[in-house]
Amino acid sequence: MTEQAHRIELTVNGTLHVADAPARRLLSDFLRHDLGLTGTHVGCEHGVCGCCTVLLDGEPVRSCLTFAVTVTGRAVTTVEGLAAPDGTMSPVQRAFQKCHALQCGFCTPGFLCTVTALLRDTPHPTEEEVIEGISGNLCRCTGYQNIVKAVHRAAALIAEEAR
Amino acid sequence: MKPPPFGYRAPRTLDEAVTALADADGGKVLAGGQSLVPLLNMRLAAPAELIDVNHVAELDTLEADGAGVRVGALARHARVERSATAARVQPLLRRALRHVAHPVIRNRGTVVGSLAHADPAAELPAVLALLGGHVEAVSVRGRRVVAARDLFVGPLETALADDELAVAAFFPAAPPRTGTAFAEIARRHGDFALAGVAATVTVDGDGQAEAVRAAFLGVAEVPLVLDLTEAAASGRLAEHVRERIDPESDIHASADYRRHLAGVLAQRALAKATADALAREAP
Amino acid sequence: MSTRIFGEGIARREDPRLLTGQGRYLDDLGRDALAAAFVRSPHAHARIIDIDVTGALDVEGLVAVYTWEDLPGRVAEPLPLLIPHPALTHGRTGYALARDTVRHVGEPVVMVVARDRYLAEDAAERVRVEYETLPPVVGVEAAERAEHLVHDDVPGNVGAVLRQETGDVEAALAAAPHVLEFRLDIERSAATPLEGRGVHARWDADDGSLRVHSSTQTATSVRAAIAVKLGLPQGKVEVVAPDVGGGFGVKIVHPWPEEVLVPWAARLLGREVKWTEDRREHFVAAAHERAQVQHVRVGFDGAGRVLALDVRILHDHGAYTPYGVIIPIVTSTQLLGPYKIGVYRAEVVSLYTTTLIVTPYRGAGRPQGVFCMERTMDRIAAHLGRDRAGVRAANLIGPDEFPYDQGLTFQDGRPLIYDSGDYPALLAKVTDLIGWDGFPALKEAAAAEGRRIGIGLACYVEGTGVGPYEGGHVEIDSSGRVHVATGLTSQGQGHQTVFAQIAAAELGVPVEDVHVVTGDTRRFGYAVGTFASRAAVMSGNAIALACRRVRAKALRIAGEALEADPSDLDITDGVVHVRGDRSSGIPLRTVSVLSNPLRYAFDEQTALATQFAVGGPDTEPPVPHGEEPGLEGRDYYSPVRSTFAAGMHAAIVETDPDTAEIRVLRYAVVHDCGRLINPLVVEGQIHGGVAQGIGGALYERMAYDESGQLLNASFMDFLMPYATEVPRVETDHLETPSPLNPLGIKGAGEAGVIPVSAVIAAAVEDAEGIAITAMPLSPDALFRLRRTQPGALPPSDVGR
Repeated sequence: MTEQAHRIELTVNGTLHVADAPARRLLSDFLRHDLGLTGTHVGCEHGVCGCCTVLLDGEPVRSCLTFAVTVTGRAVTTVEGLAAPDGTMSPVQRAFQKCHALQCGFCTPGFLCTVTALLRDTPHPTEEEVIEGISGNLCRCTGYQNIVKAVHRAAALIAEEAR
Repeated sequence: MKPPPFGYRAPRTLDEAVTALADADGGKVLAGGQSLVPLLNMRLAAPAELIDVNHVAELDTLEADGAGVRVGALARHARVERSATAARVQPLLRRALRHVAHPVIRNRGTVVGSLAHADPAAELPAVLALLGGHVEAVSVRGRRVVAARDLFVGPLETALADDELAVAAFFPAAPPRTGTAFAEIARRHGDFALAGVAATVTVDGDGQAEAVRAAFLGVAEVPLVLDLTEAAASGRLAEHVRERIDPESDIHASADYRRHLAGVLAQRALAKATADALAREAP
Repeated sequence: MSTRIFGEGIARREDPRLLTGQGRYLDDLGRDALAAAFVRSPHAHARIIDIDVTGALDVEGLVAVYTWEDLPGRVAEPLPLLIPHPALTHGRTGYALARDTVRHVGEPVVMVVARDRYLAEDAAERVRVEYETLPPVVGVEAAERAEHLVHDDVPGNVGAVLRQETGDVEAALAAAPHVLEFRLDIERSAATPLEGRGVHARWDADDGSLRVHSSTQTATSVRAAIAVKLGLPQGKVEVVAPDVGGGFGVKIVHPWPEEVLVPWAARLLGREVKWTEDRREHFVAAAHERAQVQHVRVGFDGAGRVLALDVRILHDHGAYTPYGVIIPIVTSTQLLGPYKIGVYRAEVVSLYTTTLIVTPYRGAGRPQGVFCMERTMDRIAAHLGRDRAGVRAANLIGPDEFPYDQGLTFQDGRPLIYDSGDYPALLAKVTDLIGWDGFPALKEAAAAEGRRIGIGLACYVEGTGVGPYEGGHVEIDSSGRVHVATGLTSQGQGHQTVFAQIAAAELGVPVEDVHVVTGDTRRFGYAVGTFASRAAVMSGNAIALACRRVRAKALRIAGEALEADPSDLDITDGVVHVRGDRSSGIPLRTVSVLSNPLRYAFDEQTALATQFAVGGPDTEPPVPHGEEPGLEGRDYYSPVRSTFAAGMHAAIVETDPDTAEIRVLRYAVVHDCGRLINPLVVEGQIHGGVAQGIGGALYERMAYDESGQLLNASFMDFLMPYATEVPRVETDHLETPSPLNPLGIKGAGEAGVIPVSAVIAAAVEDAEGIAITAMPLSPDALFRLRRTQPGALPPSDVGR
């Protein structure tokens, strides 16, 4: 019983990666185990918790509900790719630290990817838009209060730095 | 929770796709995967082969005109939700889409996939059923149109044959003087509804409701469409609805509670749809 | 303390790593390791007739399949009973792999090792196990009826009966002017961290040593357990807790079957082996908590003062008792809260059921106890027609009554004596914060609009910082960096920050220079673990004491170099100087060099410490008598007994008259955990705890059917709240220092979760006029209560 391998070409955080994997390899596992990018976490493997959220051509998606082979040829951004090339954390990352929006850090990469896209599309979100925007990500540590605060702060930072 | 092994084909054209589907023994179509992949990860489904249609560019369409909104098999929920044209032609679509899971799921999930999955608690089957829309299915045997009333056969069961690919769904435009509304109750925001209702109300020249229809989700094995024109006029709408449905109990809600909710939601949706119709009427 | 760093809400030092994807959680390790998967029981109760593994053998990439028969020596023996207790007369634990009987769905039966997890699951799916099913026992009342036994040799399914009483409760009840009797129910929930459990093991055959990483709340005790199970000297086993994606209690249990089997297989196979628990496994094979049925009798006077309280608790501990009876002990003792109760008697019957084991989850029995006490207070107030806050005030222990002896034995075997607190001040703060006195007007205004709102209040006292001890090691190296190690583990509490704050304050160094390591037996071998809100109290004080040793030594050495009396010296920004004079001084990095006389130099700093560079009298040894080389120190903190934090929560809820949906409009927390090390971190703990409490009050339950199947073993159906379900929490603090420890601190980890069910029940009861006796409360349950309870508010016209 040998499983057929498929050639998968994926641009991750700006770098093209080529690897062979079976069709059933989840994008989350492909990133973590084939490419060694373990910043993307796996919390439920049925699409509910949001820990595995990555940006697929800029749009947040669940990497545990996506087969790597399906997205061959496309571009993925993971938590490892959110900071500037010189290592400076993005406004969203900095806001999360400043507002104590993470504790154990396991759900954090999914939140960061989700919020990065949210603020790109909605630079000045209302409280309701923030809550709706993060409503598909579970956090068991923070009670979300500081995450909501961090999203608003990140919006302010982005606006400030664009000036 | 890793999916079992399966054969995999990634056709580039519709012809290739339906040929692959015809050739496959126990093949399953993969589009957005937001319902299918969880089942695979839990090993509750083990198709011999997946026909991945994500590379079939001709299915990635969204068209809207005076007649209605035609959604191609690869149009994601989010794309339809964001489309101003689609929202103008048939406002109920966007209203219902906002209740489909969470924004990140809607980035990947497809409208046609939701219909083909036919979850009785899902929003879009009820919308299609209420509007009298249809799905276009293609196989090597040809193309056919399956009306919503024929499409939904049972929980997670449609009239589509194993070798048929649902290539598009058509949601008719809102007729004149017609308002729509969508209301549902879920345990958590984004969960499948305990009960929900999509409603259309058409008003006459005096602003009185002359046609009232609603489709219920979560309370029957398939979306349940009721003509509520008389019931609404009689003033015993909620009771009428409760008499007409026979929901099941599960760990989240008893049948009694679901029946009760259906009545409450029908009233709420009808009030909103009526207001919507009057607002659309207003110059 | 020269630096105002203790008490500052500084940003966390661990965050940049975690925010950039550089965290290292269990499954991030061992990329080339073999993967383990388990065949688990599909039945709640069954005898294993036969196991046929042949179907698995043709899976390519399969490495090994193990059943109980394959296990040697102590690996084949039952898992340890971690906390024996005299009342636990019939303690039972399971095997690493089921031997002949399974007693809950999810119990491991067969272990499969393969090249990766996909293949391991393929193989596990092909293993055929033949079972003869036995009658399930689900729910404490079925367990108590004992028509069927979970363990043949445990009569009545009773694992333990615990009794504590402070006087003649029957006489006190008989004499009380008012007596009420009622029953309360709390369903099962679970800690449910977003990272499940996991173990990775690497055997070094050349060295004969084992390195194990585990997503655990206790590295040292896992090490001890593995060493015993595998027959290795403890010195040949290293256990490290890497970044841990949440614990909330469930990861204090050890050794898990997988924690024994993975290292055992790694040694046997000579290969790295890893097991990463998936979500479904976590639901059926980790642990649950909460479920209790409580029967209450209370006698009180006309002012609402409790004269007698008699509580009988049926506690469901699941199929086995690896963690003993800690939860019901905590329930029955912490139940008393901040109150003076005339006479108290508690009887706990801890029962076996054919369901998953029940072990501590954040709060660890306290939420149940507080639910019982606070529901009782509300009943008394309702019966007397008195204000609920007033009835509580009438029962509070006064601020001048500390230490206050409750006359019971606590979970550490020590007397339950509260060390300090100011409960009336807490009550005043929380009623102010929520606007208790103004609420009736709000309620009336809402009613006029057809809306239903209600207010609730609940109080708790929490024993924190339970012993026996923790330790700290502090070393300042020749670059001036301060290395702090403590043995207990971290799961997101911010230990790398708060312990650094303590060390920086004690030593007079910049916090940036302090580097903290936790949960690594290579760095610190003596520890207990992280649970019971004890890390800050225990390790915080141990680290402070170790720092004080290092500080004293630094001042001694610097005193010689500066020719000053050490008592005249101070340390500021890492430089030792004469107090009040910072013009000259000696940096700690130089003191570190001087502390370690060298023969060999390897850089300019160390050259200063070589034998020809150091002066001093040649009649003295280079290392003076009684000293050790190195600027380091180690100390332990071992308290006589726990310190007691306290708090009070209040909430306003709205219930929908038509749909019975329940929405929390406001949530207020007033909390006293003694001196705050980092208010940002404490608030974060409270927010998170409240969110879990909201989950437990309104959303989360383990839905077992009568056959013992868990019907909602997924995040789709086990309803952990999202941002859309959790209210914003308003907080206020009171700081009553603990007199028991040098830093005056108390624990804060569980504070948020403890009273939430009690508060929400009270608020819904107030909104609806319906007695709430069971939690969690779903809209469906409220809908049914409205139909069945006399005294419910008239149903709304809408929807008729």
